[in-house]
Amino acid sequence: MARIDLEDVGHRYAGAADAWALRPMTMTWSDGGAYALLGPSGCGKTTLLNIISGLIAPSRGRVSFDGRDVTALAPEARNIAQVFQFPVVYDTMTVFDNLAFPLRNRGWSGARLRQRVEEVADILELRPDLPRRARALSADQKQKISLGRGLVRPDVAAVLFDEPLTVIDPHLKWLLRRKLKQIHQQLKLSLLYVTHDQTEALTFADQVVVMSQGEIVQVGTPEALFETPAHRFVGHFIGSPGMNFLACDWTAGAATIGGVRVETSSKQAPPAGAKLSIGVRPEYLELAPTPGANCVPVRVAAIQDQGIHTMVRLEVGASFAWAKLRTTSAAPTPGSAFARLPPARCALYADERRVA
Amino acid sequence: MSSAKPVNQRAWWFVLPVLISVAFSALVPLMTIVNYSVQDILGPDQAVFVGMEWYQEILRDPDLHGALYRQLVFTAAVLALEIPLGIALALTIPARGWRASLVLVLLAMPLLIPWNVVGTIWQIFARGDIGLLGYVLTRLGVDYNYSQHPMDAWVTVLVMDVWHWTPLVALLSYAALRAIPEPFYQAARIDGASRWAVFRHIELPKMRGVLTIALLLRLMDSFMIYTEPFVLTGGGPGTATTFLSQYLTQKAVGQFDLGPAAAFSLVYFLIILLLCFVLYNFMKDSR
Repeated sequence: MARIDLEDVGHRYAGAADAWALRPMTMTWSDGGAYALLGPSGCGKTTLLNIISGLIAPSRGRVSFDGRDVTALAPEARNIAQVFQFPVVYDTMTVFDNLAFPLRNRGWSGARLRQRVEEVADILELRPDLPRRARALSADQKQKISLGRGLVRPDVAAVLFDEPLTVIDPHLKWLLRRKLKQIHQQLKLSLLYVTHDQTEALTFADQVVVMSQGEIVQVGTPEALFETPAHRFVGHFIGSPGMNFLACDWTAGAATIGGVRVETSSKQAPPAGAKLSIGVRPEYLELAPTPGANCVPVRVAAIQDQGIHTMVRLEVGASFAWAKLRTTSAAPTPGSAFARLPPARCALYADERRVA
Repeated sequence: MSSAKPVNQRAWWFVLPVLISVAFSALVPLMTIVNYSVQDILGPDQAVFVGMEWYQEILRDPDLHGALYRQLVFTAAVLALEIPLGIALALTIPARGWRASLVLVLLAMPLLIPWNVVGTIWQIFARGDIGLLGYVLTRLGVDYNYSQHPMDAWVTVLVMDVWHWTPLVALLSYAALRAIPEPFYQAARIDGASRWAVFRHIELPKMRGVLTIALLLRLMDSFMIYTEPFVLTGGGPGTATTFLSQYLTQKAVGQFDLGPAAAFSLVYFLIILLLCFVLYNFMKDSR
């Protein structure tokens, strides 16, 4: 277990020298933390993970574990456990031999080896499967073996997951996810979990790191990402549907939509010349039949009853927004209405970033 | 199945073309051979049923024993050389880029040459007076002459076959190697596996299916080798390079002993079938 520091780490792949796969960034992953790396495909999550495990040597910057520089060390010297998207097991070996493999490569043998493998098998609930051929197991068990091969090393620094649940049957996903979380709590391991599934990230991690186009756009608790997205991308990516961004103007020291003054939680004035919008979650939009404070005129364009919620599509000037309302007896009707933006729940965004 | 599906028996008509072509290409010739093998054919209209007589004669024939022995040693040597060599070649071919393409093209060239041309190339290549190989060996003081020394002829045929067919094994193995996903190698690096362990526990198991095919192809092909030794040495000197198919040709075409030749064809066929069956099941079961 270790604290992982990345200082000015960036990477460009050979053959694409002008494009950063991972823009230079500095970041500290605390010892024993559970982090999720969340972002769309190709945003640099896996590159970041492989730099930490040593599979990729970064084009620049320094990686250190507990202050010890490991940038030049090979993966096996870093004591990292990494679980890949597709289960990697050694087909011809038994489960026992699979788990024992990293230890045997370090010269372990005899009772010490057996004891350690059985300990790890107990943690992963693989004890009865130890004598079986690894290839005969199901995908979720194979993923446990992949994880186990990382955990058997007693000095493992961190466990890295690269979308480990992609090929797991849906009904086993949550079981395996719970198991991972349980192992994290039991062993107090530092844990990095790459995913593009926000539910997975939000339920799994204490801290979610949202990435977009080779860049970390926000690090925060699941709650912070939902309530105060620092970047429009985070607002879009987290939540279902994502945050609404309504184009607005800046007149006389206040944001206005279609001439209506709208109070937001942003206290500072936005930089001049920036493209402005107001971000508000569909969950927080309220519909009112009459105008009031912070209410903008809208047109109710479509209504979808989704059981507990009603999704309402609103036209606000030239842009549109979703409102996610609790289904009540007083259902909204198509036509003109007013949408109230609760001042504490909405914020001003200049270009892509939230205004403090 | 619990729910009865309507069965359309007319679908069998679709199988008919295959059945007809198989009948004419395989079954009818095979039955003709069976027919020949139990008769003594004296003339176009004269044939006597002789039962198992030809089989008994054939199986006691010392020439056949000699040819069979040479054949088994040859095939074993071919497999023992070509498979490991092919795998080793495949492991050294670059994974991508123009070098990979270049190597693949060069490697595939022997496969594009007709059998008899391969024999002719080596016949000239290995000649002591004008052939590059034979001339160099002779000048180096090696007493090499494939048309006189049985051992030289045998080794020349073997080396020729290795030159001709190792690329096939290499290309097949290369394809299998390229199909191994990158995370297997990454996981092995994290596990601290040695190069040998990567080969033994990742590459070899993943190549198994392809190697089974390569092994079967080379087994069958080398067991039926005819053209190359025929062109190179004509089966000589003496009987040094007379393999089973040459022996068969001598019987059937040379001496026109259709009965014994037919009986032997069937025995030959059964030997190959048996070997393939055993090998296939061995490769399949040990997975």
